Amino acid sequence: MFVPLLVLRNAFRHKLRTTLTVVGIIVAIVAFGMLRTIVDAWYAGANASSSARLVTRSSVSLVFPLPLSYAPKIRQVDGVTRVAWANWFGGIYINERNFFAQFAISPSYLDMYPEFVLSDDERRAFVADRTGAIAGRKLAEKYGWKVGDQIPLRGTIFPGTWTFNLRGIYDGAEEGTDTSTFLFHYDFLNETIKQKLGGRGDQAGLYIEQLAHPDDAAAVSAAIDAMFRNSLAETLTETEKAFQLGFVAMSEAILLAIQAVSFVVIVIIMAVMANTMAMTARERYAEYATFKALGFSNGFVALLIFAESLGIALFGGLLGVALTFPAAGTFAKTVGSILPAFKVSADTIVLQLAAALVIGVVAAAIPAWRAARVRIVDGLRAIG
Amino acid sequence: MTADAQVGTVDERREHAGGAPPEPLVAIRNLSKYYLRGDQVIPVLVDIDLDVPEGDFVALMGPSGSGKSTLLNLIAGIDKPSSGEIRIAGVDITQLSDADLALWRSANVGFIFQFYNLMPVLSAFGNVELPLQLTSLSRRERRDRVETALALVGLSDRATHLPNELSGGQQQRVAIARALITDPTLIVADEPTGDLDRTTAGEILGLLERLNRELDKTIIMVTHDPKAAEKAHRVVHLEKGVLVH
Ligand SMILES: Nc1ncnc2c1ncn2[C@@H]1O[C@H](COP(=O)(O)OP(=O)(O)O)[C@@H](O)[C@H]1O
Ligand SMILES: [Mg+2]
Repeated sequence: MFVPLLVLRNAFRHKLRTTLTVVGIIVAIVAFGMLRTIVDAWYAGANASSSARLVTRSSVSLVFPLPLSYAPKIRQVDGVTRVAWANWFGGIYINERNFFAQFAISPSYLDMYPEFVLSDDERRAFVADRTGAIAGRKLAEKYGWKVGDQIPLRGTIFPGTWTFNLRGIYDGAEEGTDTSTFLFHYDFLNETIKQKLGGRGDQAGLYIEQLAHPDDAAAVSAAIDAMFRNSLAETLTETEKAFQLGFVAMSEAILLAIQAVSFVVIVIIMAVMANTMAMTARERYAEYATFKALGFSNGFVALLIFAESLGIALFGGLLGVALTFPAAGTFAKTVGSILPAFKVSADTIVLQLAAALVIGVVAAAIPAWRAARVRIVDGLRAIG
Repeated sequence: MTADAQVGTVDERREHAGGAPPEPLVAIRNLSKYYLRGDQVIPVLVDIDLDVPEGDFVALMGPSGSGKSTLLNLIAGIDKPSSGEIRIAGVDITQLSDADLALWRSANVGFIFQFYNLMPVLSAFGNVELPLQLTSLSRRERRDRVETALALVGLSDRATHLPNELSGGQQQRVAIARALITDPTLIVADEPTGDLDRTTAGEILGLLERLNRELDKTIIMVTHDPKAAEKAHRVVHLEKGVLVH
């Protein structure tokens, strides 16, 4: 009872100083948690993807399409049970800031993505409407869309304003499922390109293959790519996970930088708090010397400093963890469609608390060591 | 080892000595303290011999910088000599390890400082209770003792006050209660009235005198105030680290 009381009262001797320290720790812990969640969300797309699906794209670059005539050929490959294709649309909704993914999809696409959960009625309505579209729950909520709404998208790759009828809103089967994508019929896109835009139609941005056995991924990929070798449009086939990670790899440097910054934030607050604790301890040398003169041990004095430092750091850390949730919620609302699975993970919370613990221990280490070692007569002289 | 084990009663020590005159409570022999500054040796105390019998009240006087505080700190076991012996109640404290010395201090020495050295976050009660936190006394026993000590110094009504809510004289009285609370062998006071006005200083000295007379406490007090020294049974003078009787 005596030590906790002493520590608590000591911590509140300089209310402003302690408050500022706690605020600093809260900010650092929230920032740390947010940055880690951003990195997590970035990888989440890849983690949520199925290993039972392959993605085939142009071996030159993702921006070069493949002929639609590949579809039946790919379907013939042993181990492939289903083929779908999709085209990136890249339209703008109202203004450029409203970024979300839009794909024109083949009829078989939804069958291959059981994680996109759509009611039978909505599915039927979508299939029946040539200009129909479906959107993920998160996306629909962000823009306040309801089934039946007309969604205009201004084409960037394909000119003109395209208006779609929202026929359904899908949910994610799992927590990590991306529900911020906008999907519409490939046929509508293809026919419009051919008839109204006078462009070359019958092209697929990428093919998705369903595997009979996920273990065959390597062999099937090789077989598909071999089939189109030395053709005008050679292919590159990989698992959906590898494909997603390829996107992530493009931004590996950015992710690394974000991770580095998240740790730098902790190191900075650690230095700030170490300085604060050193200042606090220095002001109390005479008290520590008095404790020791009365017979208290060096360890007792060190304990007072450690307990105070840990108490402040963990208090700030807990508040920081608590505030990370609303902060992440707000952040997810703003950037939801860019980082679909934006969710604070248990790992992040553990790391945040561990960071707070380390801040408390590191900040106290040198002051505690010094205070434990200071000679009583020198400490006592600190007043007079 | 425990400090208590080393400290017998006066009677026990007398028996051990086999009827010979008892050893004084404090027996200092050939005590020296030097500081090294670079390759320069600065003598602070030179070859001190001093006996303080039990129940004595000694005033240590001398000009500033003559080594009074250093000598008092050595006797109180918060500093280490360069050479020599300090036997207190039969224990040569210069031979104790730091940890044993801390234990010895907690049982044997009551400290009174010039600037009181109270813990600012603890009430008068909490400050007086502080040394008892190192004992195995129950909460109730501690409370009884603290109340007795506060009554003795006339501060029963200020038990809940923080040091900064007390006058200098009141703070020093809290410090005296803290010095008494473990019933120590020895009370050391370094300029206990140095920060107080005349009247208050007089009250504090009166209190120390009572501790010595009524409670039979052995007191060693550093002072450069002749009025304070008058209260002592005996005055010892230090000049540049040497005792002049
Ligand atoms: N850590 C130290 N290093 C060097 N000299 C010291 C140290 N501590 C005390 N002294 C010297 O020892 C002498 C005696 O000091 P002190 O015992 O405090 O004197 P007094 O209490 O009589 O005024 C002084 O000259 C002081 O400068
Ligand atoms: Mg002095």
